[in-house]
Amino acid sequence: MSLITTPNLRDPDAAYAALLAAHKGLGDAESQALNARLVLILMNHLGDGPEFADALKLARDAR
Amino acid sequence: MPYDYRPFPYVAPPGLTAPEPRHKVVIVGAGPIGLALAIDLAQYGVASVVLDDNNVVSIGSRAICWSKRSLEILDRLGVGQKCVDKGVIWKVGRTLHREDEVWTFDLQPDPGHKMPAFVNLQQYYVEEYLVARAMEFPDLIDLRWKNRVTGVERSDHATLTVATPDGTYRLEADHLVACDGARSEIRGMLGLDFDGELFEERFLIADIEMTGDFPSERRFWFEPTFHAGQSALLHKQPDNIYRIDLQLGWDADPEAERQPERVIPRIEKAVGHTDFRLDWVSVYTFQCRRLAQFVHGPVIFCGDSAHVVSPFGARGGNGGLQDVDALGWRLAAVAQGADAAVLNAYDRERQHGADENLMNSSRTTRFMSPAPGAERLFRDAVLALAGKASFARPLVNSGRLSRPCVYPLAGPDDPALPVEARPGAVAPDAPLAGGWLIDRLGREPVLLAIGQPAPKLPGLKVLELSVTPKLQARYLGKATQAIYLIRPDQIVAARWMAATPEAIATAAAAIWRDA
Repeated sequence: MSLITTPNLRDPDAAYAALLAAHKGLGDAESQALNARLVLILMNHLGDGPEFADALKLARDAR
Repeated sequence: MPYDYRPFPYVAPPGLTAPEPRHKVVIVGAGPIGLALAIDLAQYGVASVVLDDNNVVSIGSRAICWSKRSLEILDRLGVGQKCVDKGVIWKVGRTLHREDEVWTFDLQPDPGHKMPAFVNLQQYYVEEYLVARAMEFPDLIDLRWKNRVTGVERSDHATLTVATPDGTYRLEADHLVACDGARSEIRGMLGLDFDGELFEERFLIADIEMTGDFPSERRFWFEPTFHAGQSALLHKQPDNIYRIDLQLGWDADPEAERQPERVIPRIEKAVGHTDFRLDWVSVYTFQCRRLAQFVHGPVIFCGDSAHVVSPFGARGGNGGLQDVDALGWRLAAVAQGADAAVLNAYDRERQHGADENLMNSSRTTRFMSPAPGAERLFRDAVLALAGKASFARPLVNSGRLSRPCVYPLAGPDDPALPVEARPGAVAPDAPLAGGWLIDRLGREPVLLAIGQPAPKLPGLKVLELSVTPKLQARYLGKATQAIYLIRPDQIVAARWMAATPEAIATAAAAIWRDA
C-alpha cells in the first residue's frame, strides 16, 4: 500500500471544519501543541512503513 | 560508609636507570578499560605494561551501570561474580512525568542467563577488583602508578616519554593502547580530535549516602514536582549510596552548581528529607562524539578515548568493555605473530558499535533536552499523550540501555535459525547441566554442535550438546540441529544446520583475517 494522496474523505468540508473546531479558543502555542499531539496520534495509526516516509516528504515538499 | 581510597604503591620503573627492551603492548590508563585489556591479554599469555598518571581508583562512582554483556566479559576476566555479589541487581526502569508513571521497561524478562540484566556498582569497586585480578599476573602485567605519558612518537612502533616522581624515561612498544578516557592526552598528542555533537545541556551528578527504602529500580522523572521543568534520575548503588542526576540547563554555572550549599538543597527536595551525606559531586556536559578511526598505526584507541556518549544509556563504560572484548584476542594474536591487519576488523566493528551507541545517546538527549521549537513541541506532546494512550509510551526516551550491537559479519548463515543468534551477535547464554553455556565459549574459537555430532577438524575446540528447551529456543528455532562457530569474544561467526568440514575450516580461518 502506498500513501493515499487522492481524495479520501467522505465529507471534506465537514472534516476540515472539525479540524478547525478542535483548535477553537486555543492560543498559538496551545494550537501548535494540539497539532503535535495530533501528528503523533496519526503517525501511530499510519504506522512507520513507507507511507509514513512518503507523508513526511510530501509535507516538506509542499512548502 | 565512604569508600576507603588506598593508594597503590609507586615503584621506580627500570627505564629510569637503563633502556628497557621494546614491549609488545603498553596500555595507557589503569581505568576499567585499560585494566580489563591487560587482564584479557595476560589470559592469552601476552605481557603488557600499564601506565597510569594517578595511584588510586576512580574518584566518585562515575560508571555505575554494568550490563549483562559487560558482566559476561568481566566474568571471563575473573571478576564478574565479584561484581554481581557486591552490586545491586536491577532490571526494571520506571519513567515518570511529574508524578505519573508513563513508561516502564523490564530488561530481562526471559530467565536462563548466568548474568543479570544490569548490576549497579561504583566504578571504584570495579577498578579495585580489576587491579587485584591484574596483580595475579605478576609476570605478565606490569602496573606502573604515577607514570604519566608526556610524549608519543609514531613509526612502525610507538615511543613514549614517561614522567615519574623520580624523573623521565623512554619506553618503546609495538602497540600502544590509549585507554586514557574522554580527555585522552594521547589523542591530543597525536593531534586527533573528535567529530560529532556537543549538546547544550548540563547535568549535576551526585552520590549521596542514605538509608532509604527505594527499590532496586531505575527511576527517571521528566518535569518532577521537586525539580520543576527539568529531569532527574535516582539509582541505587551498594553501601547505601544513591546516584542522583539533576538536569541544570545550559545557563548553569558548573563551578557554582557543584558547591555543597547549592547541591544539598536540590537533593533535599529530590529525596524529601535532610538525612543524607553528600559523597561526591560533579557537573557534566552532554557529548556524542568519536574519532574517525580507532587504529592509528601502532596506536590504538579503546573506550572513552575513542568515543564519548551522553549518559543515561550506560553506553560509556559498557561500550568500552565491548571495545576490549573486540580488541583483546586480536591484539594477543598480533603480539604472537599474526598479521596486524586483523586490527582493522577491531576498528571497523567498534566504529559500528560506537555509531549505534552515539545514535541512541543522541536520540535520548534530544528527548531529554529538546532544542526550542519542534523538538520541544513533540517531546512535550509525547509526554502529554503518554499518560492517556499506551502508543505514546515507547516514544518516551529516558535512556535506551546498553545492549551489545550485532556486527555486520558476512559469515555463512542459515536465516531459518533464530535471528537473535545470527552471525555478528553475542552467542546467547543458556543453562546447561551443572553450569552455563557462556562459560564454555570464548578465549578460542569453539564449534558448537547442537543435536548432532560435530564434524572433526584439527585444532578446533568442539562442544557437542543435546537439545534442551532453552537451546531449542535460542539456537535452533524450528530446526532439529545446528552447528555454530563462535569467536574468541563469544560472537557468532557462522552457523549452519549441517556443514562440511571444508565449510567450517574456511569460516574458522576467516575469524583471524580482516574480513
